[in-house]
This record gives sequence, C-alpha cells and structure tokens, in this order.
Amino acid sequence: MTSRRQIRVGKSWMSPSEAEKALREAIRVQKEEERQHGDDHHHQGFVRTYIFSTDHKWIGIQYAITALLFLLFGFGLMLIMRWQLAFPGQPIPFLAGLLGDARAPGGILLPEAYNELGAMHGTIMVFLAIVPLAVGAFGNYVVPLQIGAPDMAFPKLNMMSYWVYAVGGVIMLMSFFAPAGAAQSGWTSYPPLSVIAGAGQTWWLVGMIFLITSSLLGSVNFLVTIIQLRAPGLTFMKLPFFVWAQFITSFLLLLAFPPLEAAGVMQLMDRVLGTSFFLPTGLVVGGEIVQAAGGGSPLLWQHLFWFLAHPEVYVLILPALGIVAEVIANNTRKPLWGYRAMVYATIFLGFMSFVVWAHHMFLTGMGTTISAFFQTTTMIISIPSVVILTSLFLSLWGSSMRFNTPMLFALAFLPMFGIGGLTGLPLGLAAADIHLHDTYYVIGHFHYVVAPGTIFAMMAGIYYWYPKVTGRKMNEKLGKLHFWLSLVFINVIFAPMFIQGLAGISRRLYDGGEQYAHAHPALKMNIPMSYAAWLLLLAQLPFIFNFFASIKWGEKVGSNPWSATTLEWAATTSPPLGHGNFVEIPVVHRGPYEYNAPGTTDEMDFLAQNAEDPVAPDGGFFPQHAVAKQEA
Amino acid sequence: MSGHSVEEIKRETRVYLTVFAALAALTVITVAVSYLHLSGWVAIALALAIASVKGFLVAGFFMHLLSEKKLVIAVLVLTVVFLLVLLWGPWHSAYDSIGG
Amino acid sequence: MEIPYTIQARPDTGLYNGKLGIWLFLASEVMLFGALFSSLILLRTGAETWPAGWERLNVPLATLNTFILIGSSVTVILSWASLRLGDFRKAKIYLGITLLCGLGFMVIKAIEYGTKFSHHYYPSTDTFYSVYYMMTGLHGLHVLGGMVVFAYLLGPGAKMWEKEPGRYTNRVEVTGLYWHFVDLVWIFLFPILYLL
Repeated sequence: MTSRRQIRVGKSWMSPSEAEKALREAIRVQKEEERQHGDDHHHQGFVRTYIFSTDHKWIGIQYAITALLFLLFGFGLMLIMRWQLAFPGQPIPFLAGLLGDARAPGGILLPEAYNELGAMHGTIMVFLAIVPLAVGAFGNYVVPLQIGAPDMAFPKLNMMSYWVYAVGGVIMLMSFFAPAGAAQSGWTSYPPLSVIAGAGQTWWLVGMIFLITSSLLGSVNFLVTIIQLRAPGLTFMKLPFFVWAQFITSFLLLLAFPPLEAAGVMQLMDRVLGTSFFLPTGLVVGGEIVQAAGGGSPLLWQHLFWFLAHPEVYVLILPALGIVAEVIANNTRKPLWGYRAMVYATIFLGFMSFVVWAHHMFLTGMGTTISAFFQTTTMIISIPSVVILTSLFLSLWGSSMRFNTPMLFALAFLPMFGIGGLTGLPLGLAAADIHLHDTYYVIGHFHYVVAPGTIFAMMAGIYYWYPKVTGRKMNEKLGKLHFWLSLVFINVIFAPMFIQGLAGISRRLYDGGEQYAHAHPALKMNIPMSYAAWLLLLAQLPFIFNFFASIKWGEKVGSNPWSATTLEWAATTSPPLGHGNFVEIPVVHRGPYEYNAPGTTDEMDFLAQNAEDPVAPDGGFFPQHAVAKQEA
Repeated sequence: MSGHSVEEIKRETRVYLTVFAALAALTVITVAVSYLHLSGWVAIALALAIASVKGFLVAGFFMHLLSEKKLVIAVLVLTVVFLLVLLWGPWHSAYDSIGG
Repeated sequence: MEIPYTIQARPDTGLYNGKLGIWLFLASEVMLFGALFSSLILLRTGAETWPAGWERLNVPLATLNTFILIGSSVTVILSWASLRLGDFRKAKIYLGITLLCGLGFMVIKAIEYGTKFSHHYYPSTDTFYSVYYMMTGLHGLHVLGGMVVFAYLLGPGAKMWEKEPGRYTNRVEVTGLYWHFVDLVWIFLFPILYLL
C-alpha cells in the first residue's frame, strides 16, 4: 500500500488531485446553474420568494414559525388556567390587566373565561400548533428531500395550503375579540351548548373550515408527491419510516376531515340560519324553550366530530413516531429493528383508526352491541402501536448510542408515549370508562401522548434537522438543559392527573373541583402541578434563545453533520430556494438505515441511500458528496 | 395525454353517447317509478338500485374507472369502505341504544 | 426546475400527477357528501314523521336539472375527446355548452329556492328543509366551483393550449373528472331527496 497524502473533503478522503478535480467540477456545475437560471432568479421579488413562496422548504419554515408561535400562545392560555386550578378564586398576578374586567373582574377569572381558555387551548394546540408543525413544517421541508424530489407535486397548492391555514389562524385569534369572548364549548364544540353559545363560536366554526380546507389541500399534495416523485430506485420499502408515517397521516387527513367539515357547516347553519341539525325537540335553556324547529340530534355532531377526531390523534402521533425512528436509527448507528413490521403496523393502524371513534362516546347511551364493537376495535388498535413502540425499543439493543440532544428527546419519547398509550387502555374499555370518562385521567392520558410524546419528538426533529435548514448546529449544552428541565417538569404536571382522575375529579371545572370534598387530597396536587407548568415555560427559554442565536453563532457544519444515510443529507446544506434540491436527482441503491452494514468501516460506518456501492481499490470508500459529481 | 388513435377516440365517443342515452332512460324510469308511491324499503331499494346503475355508468365510462389504474381503484375501494362505516355507525348507534 | 410527471404518466403508477391528485380529492369529497347522507339517514330514521320528497319538492324541475347535468357530463367529455384529436375550436364549444348547462342548473335551482322562500319555507322551518337546503346547497356550491374553473379554461387559461397542449388537455380531463363527480352526487341526491 502506497502512502499517498490524502485530503479530507467533507466526509471523504481523497488524493490532492482528486480533491482539486472535485472542487473544480463543483464550481463548474454551480456556474452552469447560475448561467441557466440566473435570469429567473432576478425576476422573483421579495414577495414571491418569501411571502407567497412555492418552494416547499420556505413553506415548511413558514409553517414552523407560525406553528411554534401558536404552540407558545396555546401554552400560555393553559398557564393562566393553571393559576385558577391551583388557587381558585384568587386574583391572578401580572395578567389581571391583560385579561380585563370582562374576563377577570378584580383579577379573578370568571368561569366563562376559564372555559374560553380551555376551549381555545385545545383547539390551538391540536389544529394550529401540533399538526401544522408535524405535517406542515416537518413534512413539507423533509419529505421531498428524503424522497429525492425537486419539490412537492403541486407547489402552488402548497403555498395556498399555508395561507389558508394562516387565515384560519388569524380568524381563531380574532375570535377572542368577539362580544362574549372566543369559543367556550370545548375543542369538541358539543351542541346544544355550542349552538346557543356566543358569537365567538361562529368565528371558531369559520376558522375550522379554513383549517380543514388547508389540511385537505396539503394531504393531496403529500400523497401525490410521495407516490409520484420518489427518486429512481426508491421503492416503498426503501422509504425512511418518516415518509411512511407522513404518507399514512395524509391518508387519515384526506378521508377523516371531510365529515367534520360537513358537521361544521351544519353547526354554522344551526347557529346562523336557525336550522336544528343538532338541536333536539323541546330544548329548554335557562328555563326558556328554545325557538327552533327541533328534531335534530346532538349525538349526530358527536359521531361526525369523533369520526375525524379519532384519526386526528393518530395524525398527532404518527409524524412524531417518524421523527423518533429517524433520530434513533441515526444515533444508534444501526438499522431500525423490525422496519417491515413497523410499516405494516402503521398501515394497519391507519385503517383501524377509522373504526374506533365511538370509544369517545361510551357514556352517551349506546347499546351493548355497538359498544362491544367499538371496544373490540379499540383493543385491536393498541396492537400496532405496541408493535411500533417495541420495535423502537428493540432498535436500541446492541447499539453504539450517541447521546446528543435530539437523541435524548427521542429516547424520552419512548417511555412517555408508552405511559400515554397504556393509560389509554382502561379508557377503551366501557366498564372502566364509566368511572374515568371526562375526568382528569383522560387529560393525563392524552397529554402524555401529545406533550412528552409528540412535542418531545418535535423537539428532537428541530434539533436534528436544524443543521440541514440553517447550516449550523444548535448549542448542545443549552439543548441538554432544555431537555432535562422539560422532562422533569412535564412529568410533574401530568403524572398526578391520573391520580386525580381516579379520585373522581371531573375535567373542565373552572375551580378545579373545589366542591368535591372527597377529592381534596388529590386537588392539593394542583399546586405543585401549576408550579411545574410555569417552570416548564421557563425551561423553554434556553430553547428559544438557542433557536435564534444559533442561526448566527451556531457551530457551522457541512451537509451531513450527523453522518446520516437518508437522502435529505445528500442535498447541500441549507438548500437554496427555488432551485430544486439536488444538483442531480439522486439514484437510490439501498434501504434507509444502512448503518454499520457490510462494506462500511469504522471510519465510515454508514452507507448513504444514494451512495454507489462501496469500491475498494485501496481499501477506501467514497460516499456521494452532494456537490462533487460522481462519475456515472 | 394518451397515445390513442383517431379511430379509438371516435369509438369512445360513440360509447359516451350510448351511455348518455342509457342515463336519460334510467332517469325517466326512476321518476316514473316514484309516481307509483311505493312504500318503505321497496321504494328505497329500487331508487338506490337505479341510482347505482346510473352511478356505475358515469363512474365506469365517463370517468373511465373501468380502465383506470389499480392505484386509483385501490384508493376508491378504501374510501368506499370508510364511507360505509360512516353511513352505518351513527345510524346504528341511534338505533341500538340504552333506553330507546 | 421542473416537476416530473406533470404531463407524462409515471411508468409504475401509470398516472400523471394531476390525475392522481384529482382522484384523491374526489375521495375526500365522497367522505364529505357521505357525512351528509349519514346525517340524513340518522335524522330521517330518528324522526317521528318525515314527508315524502315529492310532497314538498318540485320533481319536474329537478328532473329537468338531472337531464341538464347528465348532458353537461357528456359535453365535457366530448370536449376532452376533441382536444385529444387536436380540435381546439370544437373543444371550446363543448366546454362552453358545459358551462351553460351549469348555469342552467343553477338558474333552475334559484327558481326552486325562490319559490320555497316565497312560501316561507326556510332552512329553519323544519329538519326536512334543513337537510334539503344543506345538501342541495353544498352540491350547488360545487357546481359553481366547477363553473368557475370552466370559465377560466375558456378564458385566461385557454392560452395554455398554444404552448403546452398536453398540459391543457390534462387540465380539461381533471376538471371533467371533478364535474362527473358532481353529476354522480346529484344522481344519488335527486332520488333520495325528491323521490323517496
């Protein structure tokens, strides 16, 4: 073996002449691109590039910023509520002025205001924060890159999706200024209460119609993109699990949302045109007979709502599972265990999610037959979730684990989601649900899945893909601080809720259940829970600072700082807007997680999906570098 | 854009016109049947049957589903399954309830 | 930067992007109207009394509308066939007839609604009318939507035929599929609301 001097170019080792050739080739390609596309570049003004962009990467960033702002705002609403829960009837410090006399005379939150905060917290978190972040932001930015596509299939439709979502968000925010406040009938908007409620409810319904429309447009885009624009060689079973998750999620959004859109229009008609789709005959409110035709069914709303809202919870979790899978595979340096099982489980889960919805309605007087049907399907649907979670746990076995911030969040996700999932089981059985329905147990259950579940996965995704978007890594020390504080506080908030629920404390009580004498020991826990919530807000400060500061001062990295295998890391760092994503459309030769696969070395322990099969003229490897063009 | 020949397109046009005639006839039939004022399930079954035939013709020939790719058929089959669940669920739960 | 398979079909799926997109969208529309039919079933079977459609609604007018819509389904597909034969003039005529049929449908619908309103039969009158206005109203909005697209394809959108005839033909095909679906919904809506 000759001892030639080798130069490190990105992740490869090359001889000086090869490095020079690669660099010259890269410059030549760039000049060629500029020559060809230089003209259009100058004609796209600021508005076309940054406001009405049709580039999936910028739209993803728009979604991310908007969604994160809504996440913070929705969190803030809950922080106000937590004061009332810990110290019912006591004036709120600092914010009494902001809330005003209409909502908090003398600083003491009115029940209507509490309900308003609760309904809007739920609505904003689910529809304006989590789904836009999980699907709109991560999905939009990452999916086309991971499948080797130049953009989404319908870029203009993508742009419209974002703006319809933004308008829906504005409408939701405006609803706070309605005469009697924003929606107050829960995020579930059950009639007859929602039909007789104040004007804010109408705003809510209109806002929902915009959000649902945005979602539908987006889901068509995702499905066509994933089916039609996969790079050559990228078969379905070679897709990163993240793409599978987004794929099934989009099917859920496509087919489950329309019934809620229909129901929303019907509730609007009930409110505005005086119809009685959901108003029963002989309805009496406050001692007075409601002037409506009657003949409607409140349960009809519940069916149509939950027909969407159950698949919706899988929309909340699937992209998160996708992110966790990516981060785990990357930081264990080995392929995912049971990839096929995970894929089939996800498909099965998606299908089953359409036939379990009435487990949210066990206490509405349904008969035993139909109740048994939904219990059975609900128990069955727990199986694929267990398969996926088990596969992720087993993927940790025998790994060379790296404990960076994204991995910490992904690891924590596993037991947290496990707790969330397991606590769902008694809720899915009608007999146990009689005791637990509408108690704090339910709140604990779903928050475990969404908060230390999905949101932690979102955090993992942000820390993981930040270098791809910005070309810099976020600070690790701040990241770890953010992680540990969040983990501790979030558990202090939600774990006691199971105990509270079992003690019989109902949800949606503005004083937290003060009248329940038997529950006082459990109620006392509200105080540490609320403190933990406010501390959780403080724990986000290192993250927020890190997020913005790292844009300027973060450690600069190349195109593949995590040594990852999937295609988004083969694109250049911070791929430029409007120019497609890859210098040349990648060709895929292998599966998504070829870490420590045969043909790798200690130095280069992974094979990128689009890398040529390893050739060993002198025992070295030359993985694809985005900028240097390989020979055919 | 498909590479069909002029002949094939002209043949397809004849099919479209035949289907139109069938649809028109079926419309007349379904309206005529309604004048019989049949009751309950018979009327419903008959109306839905005729509508299904008409729907099949529109979907199969105008929308070319009879010659459409498997992927599209698969998506539609899945959709119809969920549609049937949606049509059955709320009604059955109202029908099978505790205390009538 | 070009998105692949906008005009040519992708070999393994056999579809171009727009066609797959419209079928997915139509699947969601099936669920939308399905929810309305489901509501109708629940409300009707749960009601003490429910009038027959012909007792309250104008069957002859609706029958005429049915013929108009079916006719427009034929004209839109003949338009697409003409485009495939390269006959842009004929295609535009057929598109125009389709648009006129849509207009006719809406006019008759307006007459129906107008007559009802003049007799004080509003959505709020009873559940039968709520359902009637709701379903025909949403269907009517879909007809309007289709008309807007046809007007675009005849107007500013027609320029595309010169530069990219394949892409224009695909657009007409995709819009046609949507229009056939609107017809399909009416094929079920008409007997269920008016004849039962």
